Amino acid sequence: MTTQPTTAEPALTSTVRQQVLVLYLNNSSLDSSVIGWARHDGTGATSPTTGDGDEPPYTTGIAALLDGWRLFQASQLIPPYPDHEYDASFLKHEFLFEKLLNTTTTTSPT
Amino acid sequence: MAARPAREQLLTSARMARFVAHGYLRLNSVVPDALNDQALGVLAAGVPAVPYGTPVAEAFPEGSFARSLLDLPAIAGALSSLVGPDPTIDHHAVHIRQPQEGQAQPLHGDAIIDVRPDAFDVQLMYYPRAVTLEAGGTLIVPGSHLRRTNESDTGRYQNLLGQQRMVCEAGTVLILHHGIWHSGRRNDSGVPRYMFKIRLNPTVPQVRLWNTDDLGDPAVAEELRTRFPWYEQATGRLELHNRIRLWRALTGDPSFDLDHWVTRVTNRPGRNTAHT
Repeated sequence: MTTQPTTAEPALTSTVRQQVLVLYLNNSSLDSSVIGWARHDGTGATSPTTGDGDEPPYTTGIAALLDGWRLFQASQLIPPYPDHEYDASFLKHEFLFEKLLNTTTTTSPT
Repeated sequence: MAARPAREQLLTSARMARFVAHGYLRLNSVVPDALNDQALGVLAAGVPAVPYGTPVAEAFPEGSFARSLLDLPAIAGALSSLVGPDPTIDHHAVHIRQPQEGQAQPLHGDAIIDVRPDAFDVQLMYYPRAVTLEAGGTLIVPGSHLRRTNESDTGRYQNLLGQQRMVCEAGTVLILHHGIWHSGRRNDSGVPRYMFKIRLNPTVPQVRLWNTDDLGDPAVAEELRTRFPWYEQATGRLELHNRIRLWRALTGDPSFDLDHWVTRVTNRPGRNTAHT
């Protein structure tokens, strides 16, 4: 009995990459309107940056959920420090979402 | 600088109130073409640095490009209204963003956190050539100047509703409150983008330096009530409170208020309620 040599084929490797969406909302409720946003793309397919668009990707935080984004962090509600009750500083209502994407890469046999 | 500008060249109270609300003034195509053409060579060669706090007349001698820019009537009138006569040069810089440069600056305020309640610096930004959306004009966030944040700690914010991405004709000038959030955007065009920045420090109390003939005009309160789309509902009210306090300082009128915002929360009958 003889064995036929097999033809080496490229290997397909599946890896998971994270996309991050940060939404700043009008109040502490997830269904309030979007007033600011940022994006980061772990797939490398896009390179979002400061001032790259005037239109928010979603109108509310809930709209992002409906489109498949998973909420993984929301800012806490922290009372103002004494004597700083009227200070305005960073945006208070920050919500971080993610999408996990399967990316496939082709690896040639060695 | 030149002699004190004529009264008609100074800002009106309504425009001053607009600056207090927005944190900047925009002077479209205020610089003539001859000076814009001269600017490219001057900026490419570099403008010599001067020590911090140098009077304008020493930093920029009569006849120099920068002096000619500051002495243009509309610019001189606005600067005199904001920082008064004889401001000093904090520093100046030529910013050239090359084509396809790759990265935007993080959103930031210049220098360090600066919470002076009754004084402010201004930064003049001059664009000698037209700036397109693709060319990465300065991003500014209207109404951000009174936020207590330090330099680029705001870099996490890529876009805010109502932000202004500078698109302008040649010869346009912005005059910014020192605290305003801004960023040099990524230049995705095929041409360089030029900007010349001068920071000026006041040397006199900044009280009623503008043309106050219209101080009681309803347009003043209307400007001061401006809300910006990126303000949260609650913090937007604090912005009004803080603007009122700045307007009190600039007018020397500790009784000024809008819609009772400051009066209400300082009303303590029978106690010393000094609070400006």
